[in-house]
Amino acid sequence: MLKKRIIPCLDIRDGRTVKGVEFVNLRDAGDAVELARQYALQGADELVFLDITATVENRSTLLHLVEKVAAEINIPFTVGGGVNSVGDVSALIKAGADKVSVNSSAVKNPALLREMAEEFGSQCVVLAIDARRETEGWKVYVHGGRTPTPLLATDWAREAEQLGAGEILLTSMNNDGAKTGFALDITQQIASSVQIPVIASGGAGTVRHFAEVFEQTEAGAALAAGIFHFGEVSIPEVKVYLKSKNIPVR
Amino acid sequence: MIAIVQYNAGNIRSVQNALQRLGRPSIVTYVPEEIERASHVIFPGVGEAGSAMKYLRDKGLDVVLQNLKQPVLGVCLGLQLLCRHTEEGDTRCLGIFDAEVKRFPPQDKVPHIGWNNCAALSGRLLQSIDPQQDFYFVHSYYAQTCEHTAAVCDYILPFSAALEKDNFFAVQFHPEKSAGAGETILKNFLAL
Repeated sequence: MLKKRIIPCLDIRDGRTVKGVEFVNLRDAGDAVELARQYALQGADELVFLDITATVENRSTLLHLVEKVAAEINIPFTVGGGVNSVGDVSALIKAGADKVSVNSSAVKNPALLREMAEEFGSQCVVLAIDARRETEGWKVYVHGGRTPTPLLATDWAREAEQLGAGEILLTSMNNDGAKTGFALDITQQIASSVQIPVIASGGAGTVRHFAEVFEQTEAGAALAAGIFHFGEVSIPEVKVYLKSKNIPVR
Repeated sequence: MIAIVQYNAGNIRSVQNALQRLGRPSIVTYVPEEIERASHVIFPGVGEAGSAMKYLRDKGLDVVLQNLKQPVLGVCLGLQLLCRHTEEGDTRCLGIFDAEVKRFPPQDKVPHIGWNNCAALSGRLLQSIDPQQDFYFVHSYYAQTCEHTAAVCDYILPFSAALEKDNFFAVQFHPEKSAGAGETILKNFLAL
């Protein structure tokens, strides 16, 4: 039986992990390779690295980090942040990334998703969506959550699937950092609208929140950052709890 | 020396990294003589079957692979290319395993992404693997079960998670990304 995946996300700045609450107020959460190794040992099913500075000068630092992670870690990992072109994707995959996530650049240029899928296959194309609940529905935000767009999250997810995305990483900006649980409504709305897997992100605070998102939505994976980095909840605790609820985990 | 077959498909470096973690040096090559001389050959790959087969034929690697006598391990797309034919691009493949490769019907999420376990384990590659152990899969096409099936995974339908025939072995999952269980598979292969 296919297992539900638990994915720690490492926000990266200058090769180190940081975690923002609602995308601001960064705190240093440690060395990225060391954290990655610990998570793999604890039974993380995948890892996500997001380069939140994503400047040209930092690019070689990021590629170097990706090479180190690929050499040392024996589970799959996704890298995102500042990916603007097929060339950027190619460099990350050559450095050892299994999947590459795109966000703002795909909104600006949706054809990028198709180009990535044609060049590297849909299995390595992750579309990250940052969504915020507004009166007319869940809207897509770009540039690390700073810039609103007129896109509805569900419409964008459907379009991205058609273009060749292999997975959707959905972050609820309302829930991110709040530790009150995942945004179950938009997660299920998107998961039931597309045929590709959806990773739920934003809002995990307790082990119960992970059970909720798997019991009440069709998400295939749940992602969290701060609660793992600061040891508030551990991956083995999450898995033991999910098993007790008969949710299939590794 | 272990040879990793280089062609226009991704995922090659991660296989080399996994061998490195086991302390086993390898070369990545498309040179027929280097592949033929190797003690073990790994045929990895993530990508599109049609363009991969075209590349292999253009380089003459199709015949080289078919005639290898040492242990050969196909991984993911490598497994599919060792089958008879794939629906992906309506592509004739290498025909080592008598299986047809088809796209998953849209009855659940596709690609099949994540950790899954296997049943009906048999053969030399999967010895000491138990049916509770999970492996990392990521694929939209699957090989049907056939007489060479050495493990069955059930996702939407039962398909060949592993195939084995003479010196040819193949797994649909990624041992290089499957934590400890994957390392066991690689060690089993290198001990053949």
